[in-house]
Amino acid sequence: VEGAMQADAKIRTESATESGPRGPSCSLRHFACEQNLLSRPDGSASFLQGDTSVLAGVYGPAEVKVSKEIFNKATLEVILRPKIGLPGVAEKSRERLIRNTCEAVVLGTLHPRTSITVVLQVVSDAGSLLACCLNAACMALVDAGVPMRALFCGVTCALNADGTLVLDPTAKQEKEARAVLTLALDSVERKLLMSTTKGLYSDAELQQCLAAAQAASQHVFRFYRESLQRRYSKS
Amino acid sequence: GVYWVDSQQKRYVPVKGDHVIGIVTAKSGDIFKVDVGGSEPASLSYLAFEGATKRNRPNVQVGDLIYGQFVVANKDMEPEMVCIDSCGRASGMGVIGQDGLLFKVTLGLIRKLLAPDCEILQEVGKLYPLEIVFGMNGRIWVKAKTIQQTLILANILEACEHMTADQRKQIFSRLAES
Repeated sequence: VEGAMQADAKIRTESATESGPRGPSCSLRHFACEQNLLSRPDGSASFLQGDTSVLAGVYGPAEVKVSKEIFNKATLEVILRPKIGLPGVAEKSRERLIRNTCEAVVLGTLHPRTSITVVLQVVSDAGSLLACCLNAACMALVDAGVPMRALFCGVTCALNADGTLVLDPTAKQEKEARAVLTLALDSVERKLLMSTTKGLYSDAELQQCLAAAQAASQHVFRFYRESLQRRYSKS
Repeated sequence: GVYWVDSQQKRYVPVKGDHVIGIVTAKSGDIFKVDVGGSEPASLSYLAFEGATKRNRPNVQVGDLIYGQFVVANKDMEPEMVCIDSCGRASGMGVIGQDGLLFKVTLGLIRKLLAPDCEILQEVGKLYPLEIVFGMNGRIWVKAKTIQQTLILANILEACEHMTADQRKQIFSRLAES
């Protein structure tokens, strides 16, 4: 008798092309998300953005070692495994960023002295990796039923030398850009949860990127909602 | 307005009053440590069995299956379970017998199977004579006359999650014929 059921949700947003600069209007790559695809973790999700793909698994609330337990809230751990090679310093720093975002959102006080572990595996990296990791982590946390005060999403912006803004850049666009900003936004008031930036930019450009990311996050949250509706309407 | 929110989860969080199946992992002094699938093992006192006294200890070994209910279960304290109800009677709780098979399913499936008007259980009962115990922590223990029948029943219950009612009826009719 057949095993796993896969809730597949593919929504086509405006698809990006490799050639030429895009306008500042919202043009994110094609999204896809699949939940509950792994049998061992309590929750799992796979998130695709264009050619970037990340698989996330969540375990929790589970046992925690006495050395790591916090008396009044859950201990959140994030493990990020790159596609090839051993995890290095870049992975450690991304893990910390993802952990800080999740800690701001997860209601840890409901499960003190437990651990919630998010394990992320990079399946393919074609630009905007951190944003894809954040989206996959959010979908996996929802699949596991971990209580959260809001959903969150990651959006990457790249600023070119001529000042144009590109959302959800590919790896080539990221390399050629003057500055790359990754922002994590929450779903309730589109507030900023986490930002990490690399490169040279002015504060007016930062505000412009923030506004563009907030507009783009509308699309991502609508995609989350439709994906979940599709999954739960099947049962 | 009161809302009932149903969710689909695999990880159990102890709730007071829930009946669960636990596995005894340790015996330390007067209490047993029982793994119930939550973040902490629950504690079970040796006196919390029907007819147990300090002289008459219950026969519980490490690795035994226990069906009991939680008397203390909140986020701040270690969960405690007992195998007697408030009147001191066992009412089906205690050590689960020899043989049989314990397997894990999602919490939503257990709630569906334990609903008062569940057809699945009636159909399964007509198929083979069986003993079955449902734990709200996602664990089911099943025992039929032969090992093959036990495995068939376990597979059917695990698959019930993903099948529609028609597919299920097809499978049952095929099994009833053979």
